[in-house]
Amino acid sequence: MDYSQFFNMIPEAGLMAALVIVFLADLILKGEKKHTTLSLLTGLLLVAQIAVCFTAEPAEAFAGLYTATAAAQVMKVILTAGAFIVVVMAQSWLEQKDVQNKEGEFYELIISTLLGMYMMISSGHFLMFFLGLEMASVPMACLVAFDKFKKESAEGAAKFVLTATFSSGVMLYGISFIYGACGTLYFDDVMAQITATPLTIMGLVFFFSGLGFKISLVPFHFWTADTYQGAPTAVTGYLSVVSKGAAAFALMTILTKVFAPMVEYWEMLMYIVIVLTITIANLFALRQTELKRFMAFSSISQAGYIMLAAVGNGAMGLPALMYYVLIYVAANMAVFTIINVVETRGKGNTEMSVFDGFYTTNPKLSFLMTLALFSLAGIPPFAGMFCKFFVFMAAAEQGSNIAYAVVFLALINTVPSLYYYLKIVKCMYINKTDAPLAPFKSDCATRTALALCTAGVLLFGVCSCVYGWLVAATAM
Amino acid sequence: MVPVECYFVLSALLFFIGVYGFVTRRNLIAMLVSIELVLNAVDLNFAAFNRLLFPGEFEGFFMTLFSIGVSAAESAVAIAIIINVYRNFHSDQVNSIENMKY
Repeated sequence: MDYSQFFNMIPEAGLMAALVIVFLADLILKGEKKHTTLSLLTGLLLVAQIAVCFTAEPAEAFAGLYTATAAAQVMKVILTAGAFIVVVMAQSWLEQKDVQNKEGEFYELIISTLLGMYMMISSGHFLMFFLGLEMASVPMACLVAFDKFKKESAEGAAKFVLTATFSSGVMLYGISFIYGACGTLYFDDVMAQITATPLTIMGLVFFFSGLGFKISLVPFHFWTADTYQGAPTAVTGYLSVVSKGAAAFALMTILTKVFAPMVEYWEMLMYIVIVLTITIANLFALRQTELKRFMAFSSISQAGYIMLAAVGNGAMGLPALMYYVLIYVAANMAVFTIINVVETRGKGNTEMSVFDGFYTTNPKLSFLMTLALFSLAGIPPFAGMFCKFFVFMAAAEQGSNIAYAVVFLALINTVPSLYYYLKIVKCMYINKTDAPLAPFKSDCATRTALALCTAGVLLFGVCSCVYGWLVAATAM
Repeated sequence: MVPVECYFVLSALLFFIGVYGFVTRRNLIAMLVSIELVLNAVDLNFAAFNRLLFPGEFEGFFMTLFSIGVSAAESAVAIAIIINVYRNFHSDQVNSIENMKY
C-alpha cells in the first residue's frame, strides 16, 4: 500500500497528530499543573490547525475517495475556529469538580468529532462520507452524556444516540438504492449515471431524511430540544454550530453535485422542508422559558435559513452558506459562552428568569449578549443581517415564483424571531426582580472567547473581504 | 439463482419492521435492536446488489463490512449510554425518562 497518499490529506493528518499528542499528554501529565498545560496545549494545537487548513491546497487522495475542494478547505478553517472557541469557553465549566478529572477526554472527543467532520466535508465517495458522518456523531453522543451524574445529560444522550443511529441507518438505506441504480458510489460516477427513476427518487428521499435528522430540519427535529437542553452548555454550543454547519455543507455539496441531474425533485422537497423548519421552530421558540431549549429551537430555525442557500443552486449558494455558518459560529458561541459562565457562576440552572435584572449587576456581559442576540435576529449593522441577506439573494437567484415565495415566507419569519430574541434582552434590561444574579468577574478564558466572538459579530459584517475570500475560494 | 427482487423485498421488510419497532417499542434496548434490524436491511441490500447486479466488483461488499463495523461501535456507545440512563433513572422505559418536556 502507498502510505505517501496520507501526505495529500494534510489537514486530516495534522488533526490526527493533534489527537495523539493530546491523548499522550493526558496520559503523562499529572499534578497541579495538568489543567493549565493540557488546556493550553489543546488550544495551541487547534490554532496551529487553523493555520494548516488556511494554507491547505485542494487535494485528492486514495483514487478520489478523499476529494478536498478549495471550499472544503475553507470550511475546515471555519469549523476549527468554532471548535477552538468551544474549547476556550468550556474552561469555566471544566474547572468544576465533577468534570475536572475528565478534562482530557473532553478535548479528545472534540478533536475526534472534528476529524469526522473534516472527512465528511472532503469526501468523494459515499463510504468515506458515511465514515466521516459516523465519526462525527458517535463521539458526539459521548460528549452529550459527559455530565454522567446529571439526569438531563443521560436523557439527552439516549435520545441523541438512538436518533443518530436510526438516521444513519435510514441514510444508508437510501445510499444502497443509489448503489443499486448506478453500480458505483463515487460522487462523480454517480452524477454521470443517475437518472430519475422510482428507485433513485426513493434513495434520494431516504438519504435526505437521514441527513435531515443530523441538521434537525423540521419533520426530523424531535430530538433536538431535549438533547440541547440536556447536554453540557459547551457541548450544546458545539452541536448547534460546528456539527450543524458541517452537516449542512455536506448536504449542500452532495445535493448540488451528486443529485444535480435530479434537481427538480429535491428542490421541491427543500422548499417544503425549509418553510416548515423556519415556521414551526419559530412558533415553538416563542413559548420556551428555558434558555438552552430556546436556543435549540432558534438553531432549528437557523438551520432552515442555512439550507435556503442550497435551493438557489447557483454559484452564490456555497459562499452564502459558508458565510452564514461563519457568522453563526460567532454569534451563537457568544450566547453560549455567556449562558455557560452564568450557569457555572450562578445557581446552575439556565431558566430565562435567571437573567432578570442581569443588566443591573453585570452590565458588560448583558451588553455583549445583546449584541450577539441582535446579530442572530439579523438587525443591521451586525453581521447577522448580512448573512441573512446573502442567503436570501442566493435563493432568489433561482428565479422561479416558488423560490420568491419561499424567500418571502422566510423573510416574514424573521419578525417572530426578532420578538423572541428581544424577549431575552427585555429580561436583562427591563424585568425587575428582588434577587438578580450577584455580580461576578468572569475568568480569562471566558473573556477571550467573548472577545473573539464579539469581534466576529462586529467585524465580519463590515469587512467585505471576508465574503470576498469565501467567494474566491468557492470559485476555484 | 434467487432473483434480486426477492432480496429487495426481504430487505424492505426488515427495514420497515425495524422502523415500526423503533417507533412503537417503549424500551431503550428494544429500540436499539430495531435499529440493528434497519442496519441489517442495509447490509443485505448492499451485498445482494453487488453479488447479483454488479458481479466482479467489491464496492458493495466493502460498504457492508464497514457498515457492520460502524454499527458495532454505535451499539457499544448506545449501550453504555443506556446503562448510564439506567443508573440515573433506575429504569430503561421511555415513559420514565421524561424529565424534559415542551
